[in-house]
Amino acid sequence: MSQENNSMAGFNTSSYKLPNTSLWQKLSHKLQKNWKSAVIFIPFFWLLLFFLAPFFIVLKISLSEATIASPPYLPMVSWLDEGIVQIKIVIDNFAYLWEDDLYVDTYINSVRIAGVSTFICLLLGYPIAYAIVRAPQTTKNILLLLIILPFWTSFLLRVYAWIGLLSDQGSINDLLLYIGIIDEPIRLLYTQFAVYVGIVYTYLPFMILPLYANMEKLDLTLLEAASDLGSKPFTTFLTVTLPLTIPGIIAGSLLVFIPATGEYVIPDLLGGGNVLMIGRVLYNEFAANFDWPVASAVAIALLLVLVLPMMLYQRIQAQEVEAKQ
Amino acid sequence: MSQQDSYIDRPWMDPEAEPFIKIQGITKHFDDFIAVDNIDLEIYKGELFSLLGGSGCGKTTLLRMLAGFETPSAGRIFIDGIDMTDIPPYQRPVNMMFQSYALFPHMSVEKNIAYGLNRDGIDKHEVKKRVEEILEMVELGPFGKRKPHQLSGGQRQRVALARALVKRPKVLLLDEPLGALDKRLREQTQFELMNIQSELGITFVVVTHDQEEAMTLSTRIAVMDTGRFVQTGTPTEIYEYPESRLIASFIGNTNIFEGRITKNSADHVTVRAKNPECDIRIDHGSSVPEGTKVWVSVRPEKIKLSNTPPDTKAPNQLTGIVSNIGYLGRLSTYHVKVEGDTNIEVTSPNQIRPKDGAHAFDWDDEVFLSWDDSSAAVLTK
Repeated sequence: MSQENNSMAGFNTSSYKLPNTSLWQKLSHKLQKNWKSAVIFIPFFWLLLFFLAPFFIVLKISLSEATIASPPYLPMVSWLDEGIVQIKIVIDNFAYLWEDDLYVDTYINSVRIAGVSTFICLLLGYPIAYAIVRAPQTTKNILLLLIILPFWTSFLLRVYAWIGLLSDQGSINDLLLYIGIIDEPIRLLYTQFAVYVGIVYTYLPFMILPLYANMEKLDLTLLEAASDLGSKPFTTFLTVTLPLTIPGIIAGSLLVFIPATGEYVIPDLLGGGNVLMIGRVLYNEFAANFDWPVASAVAIALLLVLVLPMMLYQRIQAQEVEAKQ
Repeated sequence: MSQQDSYIDRPWMDPEAEPFIKIQGITKHFDDFIAVDNIDLEIYKGELFSLLGGSGCGKTTLLRMLAGFETPSAGRIFIDGIDMTDIPPYQRPVNMMFQSYALFPHMSVEKNIAYGLNRDGIDKHEVKKRVEEILEMVELGPFGKRKPHQLSGGQRQRVALARALVKRPKVLLLDEPLGALDKRLREQTQFELMNIQSELGITFVVVTHDQEEAMTLSTRIAVMDTGRFVQTGTPTEIYEYPESRLIASFIGNTNIFEGRITKNSADHVTVRAKNPECDIRIDHGSSVPEGTKVWVSVRPEKIKLSNTPPDTKAPNQLTGIVSNIGYLGRLSTYHVKVEGDTNIEVTSPNQIRPKDGAHAFDWDDEVFLSWDDSSAAVLTK
């Protein structure tokens, strides 16, 4: 009898426990699911708050009318009598950018300087990245460290250091005078040359690192295969190495081109008033002219200039992922 | 039939034949490590020569030196009479099929195959024609426009082969050509490879670690170990007349008996084996004097199993208990425990289907082993 009771009890407990465990499983499953969405939500929320919201604020200001007040623009939405809402969108600011040659020229100048700098970075960075990839493992780590090392010093400080090097009484002129190549100091600082030096110097690591990451994946037996099939080293480079490192070239170029276009500090400190780039113009509109709507329009227009190459990059990346599948 | 004709399939036997590839005293050091140690080798036109060995034996290094990817530390390489030692890979009349296939991922199958022809500056129409021909040969006609990643492993292997063959090289080097394929495909491809080779008459040098692959493919095999050749010969020579225990156990399975020569006459040798104690008679002479310590190899498939004791007591006989059976379908492998706790491996074909699942020999059966005088081989190393 007692045995039967026991077995009954055993049966009961197990039948009660079963839904419990499944409920627990359901709950934990739900938690897990929510946890996953939470993980996505946090960065999403961060971007929403600190990227998208400011963007819309800037967009709104760019479509407002300037005034002498604080803040220096008229509200876009205003309440009129009898409950009528007035929404005033001013596109004058953008038209002004388009009509004034100064802005158009500055944009073109910015894109040109950034483009040329990117190209120089590529010319310098590609062989450096290739050399690092082909170096023995221990040397490789040291070389990579050297590429990253400049980041340990403040960016601003490094740009100031270039003033010391490039100025009329700077180290470069001193050296050239000492050797006797020149009789009087040549003007280096506050020229376009100085801006190129600054941009290339600052952004070179951003070119090298993605190129390195891409080249590291390059299968060296492909180069042997090309050589085996009768391809001379330079032809191998053109037909195999270069096409296979295009994703790295694009990634590196965008990482240099995009921030270089909007660069403010380098043209300001090394270019002085002689090199107009859009970052400086934006700053002047904002801080000197106190014309927030035009400054905002400059920013939005800059974004458009930059969004196009970014979209291009996205598309190429998507294609690459597709190709891998 | 003249003497010359009889050498057609065995040019290495012909004293007058000029070797197509001549490797003289080739050595390759990597820092302190000696990958290839003073190797001499002659390969004849139209051969399918295999370099067989475990990993790190130097076979791939030797192949890479033939291709020109490695420079020998010492020695010279001649191909078709021309010294190739200092010629860069892109100027050698040699093409290689890589183990990883090394197909260019950004090019279609057609462009991969045309790559080598384009480098030689061959006329566009000619390139197109030859690519089409070779695609037909490897049965990849409809796949020309595909990228390598859209192909299966076996298809990729054939593209790699086509790419290496399309330039009609004097020598084709193959690095583990079938290594990445599954077993069935491998067997099928082995025969395709042999057909292509005999059709085109190109000299093949194959690197492989798979002894079965080497056995089926090759005209001759060189077995390598620690940078040296241990034995070179036809598959039959290597399998039936191994020179050392290393060869005997590396190529196929074998039973090795340790013993001493008790009688050495012109037409036969008798070895007294210890552990298990038995007399082994071999019907070929040996250059080793009586009393020398030797080893005798007897292949599992050459041993006969029987339930009934032999009529007479003679050499080449053992008695034991079946300790293990491996049923492989077409044949079974038996481990027979003989005197001295030694396991002898015997394989026997399953010619008769077992009735009610009862095999001819069962676990713990007492069995009698015997083999022919011609079965064993004397090993001195």
